[in-house]
Amino acid sequence: MSLLEIKNLHASVNGNEILKGIDLTVNAGEVHSIMGPNGSGKSTLAQVLARRESYIVTAGSITFDGKDLLEMKTEDAACEGLFMAFQYPVEIPGISNAYFLRAALNAVLKYRGQDEMDAIDFLPLLKEKMRMLEMDERFLNRPVNEGFSGGEKKRNEIVQMAVLEPKLAVLDETDSGLDIDALKIVAKGVNAMRNKNRAMVLVTHYQRLLDYIVPDFVHVLVNGRIVKSGGPELALELEEKGYSWTEPELAGKR
Amino acid sequence: MSSTVNQINDLTQQEYKWGFVTSIDEDRLPPGLNEDVVRAISLKKGEPEFMMEWRLKAYRYWATLERKHAEPTWANVKYPPIDYQALSYYSAPKQKKELKSLDEVDPEILDTYAKLGIPLHEQKLLAGVAVDAVFDSVSVATTFKAKLAEAGVIFCSFSEAVKNHPELVKKYLGSVVPYTDNFFATLNAAVFSDGSFVYVPKGVRCPMELSTYFRINAQNTGQFERTLIIADEGASVSYLEGCTAPIRDENQLHAAVVELITHDNATIKYSTVQNWYPGDKEGKGGIYNFVTKRGKALGKNSKISWTQVETGSAITWKYPSCILQGDNSVGEFYSVALTNNYQQADTGTKMIHIGKNTKSTVVSKGISAGHGQNTYRGMIKILKGATGARNYTQCDSLLIGDKCGAHTFPYIEVKNASARMEHEASTSKIGEDQIFYLQQRGITKEEAVSMIINGFCKAVFKELPMEFAVEAQKLLSISLEGSVG
Repeated sequence: MSLLEIKNLHASVNGNEILKGIDLTVNAGEVHSIMGPNGSGKSTLAQVLARRESYIVTAGSITFDGKDLLEMKTEDAACEGLFMAFQYPVEIPGISNAYFLRAALNAVLKYRGQDEMDAIDFLPLLKEKMRMLEMDERFLNRPVNEGFSGGEKKRNEIVQMAVLEPKLAVLDETDSGLDIDALKIVAKGVNAMRNKNRAMVLVTHYQRLLDYIVPDFVHVLVNGRIVKSGGPELALELEEKGYSWTEPELAGKR
Repeated sequence: MSSTVNQINDLTQQEYKWGFVTSIDEDRLPPGLNEDVVRAISLKKGEPEFMMEWRLKAYRYWATLERKHAEPTWANVKYPPIDYQALSYYSAPKQKKELKSLDEVDPEILDTYAKLGIPLHEQKLLAGVAVDAVFDSVSVATTFKAKLAEAGVIFCSFSEAVKNHPELVKKYLGSVVPYTDNFFATLNAAVFSDGSFVYVPKGVRCPMELSTYFRINAQNTGQFERTLIIADEGASVSYLEGCTAPIRDENQLHAAVVELITHDNATIKYSTVQNWYPGDKEGKGGIYNFVTKRGKALGKNSKISWTQVETGSAITWKYPSCILQGDNSVGEFYSVALTNNYQQADTGTKMIHIGKNTKSTVVSKGISAGHGQNTYRGMIKILKGATGARNYTQCDSLLIGDKCGAHTFPYIEVKNASARMEHEASTSKIGEDQIFYLQQRGITKEEAVSMIINGFCKAVFKELPMEFAVEAQKLLSISLEGSVG
């Protein structure tokens, strides 16, 4: 059974249809990259997977780990093991990173009927994950994302992913706003989390990220549809030729 | 987006939990206000001559204000005119004789406080908080008296202070808020029935937190309590007050006065969690909370710190202020004001810098939900002699939903060029993106909102005594439940 099964997915935002029939199957252990030009629907796909309410699914189905994802509340999807690393991580003033992450982990543990973690057990775990992403300990007590640089925010997302250990991680433009050093650190953190039970969907505009996180599959999304799928070599071809060469194919299908 | 707004509305629709009525016999004066009523109040309380005279002077002055319709209208709140002759100015639980101990307090009243979570029995008070309970207009019980007396601290009802410590009352009453101060303070001076009195003698650090719990029960009465706290040289005290009232359809007037005085090197910390009945979802009923609170940092190096969490009342009109007279004196104001449904709040502070090197800090957090209107009004005044004065003001507003309002009126008046002033202000909406972010990490929408709001208020909550901070966080969540879902 596949971990994620998307069939004929149509979705709208503010009444505009953005996704126009997506089919995608992701198995445990696989890393898929969704690439495409601006406005193609990449981020919409990520938001729909994360169950953002303002993104309305008008047709199709999504099965996640054998369950109907579209029946789940946002927080329940998260507790079932679906994680999204945000393109623009949000600031929560006055709430420390450590407090927030423990609340998140405990919400997930509680959902799964497991014992919640107290601060004494949690802190070493969090510190370990932060070291992996080369984040200073002072970020423990800083309010969530407040005053963080772009790179620090993105690293903080991966720290959260490492703490929550999801089954499926959707990384939405995680490479945007990162300099090359930060990109390497993030990639190292993400690669360390690859295993046979976990799948990842990397949403990205540029091939650059895929030099460091090599995907098993690459899909090209144009105008709300996947127009081409292939292996990692497809990303290189895109880098060379740009996205325009995929468009005639799309036109040809019409 | 609209679904979020609806859910926001759901979370703020939580019922008021303290709205029950206690049935007890009450001793009350018929409605109306004139010199005879003022005399009757004074006589009922067995007050000395000077008190009655002071009340009468206040009443006569108030009568001139009323004729001139001098009720303040500058606040950013709307309410129909109040008929001051329709109110009763005295209501007290009926008592047959003077109480000797807590065991003699009407069990119905003790039961009321138990329901409110205020254990009056001293043996239960493990937290070490001394409590004075004011039921309608009369103080019904003060705990831990003996232990406080040992330290030399006087903590009693205002009525008792008038009888047992008239010299202190005479010296300080009206010295910070004179009876001519403003319409509501003048009214209070004429008819106030009780309140709390604290005197901490030289060099004494009060051994426990002092607390007063105010409860309005009776119908068609105003509640006019008066609190006076004096910290003598080198003394310090932390004082807390809490308040609730039953659910009633008509509005009730609460016009209190608080005066604080610090001598050299003394500190008073005054914390309030105000949860008077706010009215229903349509804005019917609720308390008019028209309160004058002011502290005078009289002595050098003295400090007055106000912390307030205002979640109740239909209308709040309140500006806890500091007169920084002593050199190097410090004034602080930390405030969280929440308005939900049709609540209106116009609140803030005045910091009057008179002495040299005086310092003030103002941190105000306004939260508006439903149709609530929240106004910060603050004045920072640096007088000519206040060389080296400093002020820092931070004033943030948070909006929940799209039908509420936040307003800010900062006044700054500087007459000494060496003053340093900082003013920061922000207005933000509780973001759908913030809620989504927390939900995507597994946190429910209710918890997400509660977390965002607690984060927003953190700078104020950390000023509250520990148990109160927890209480305040809970209260805020309850007051907002239904506004975000």
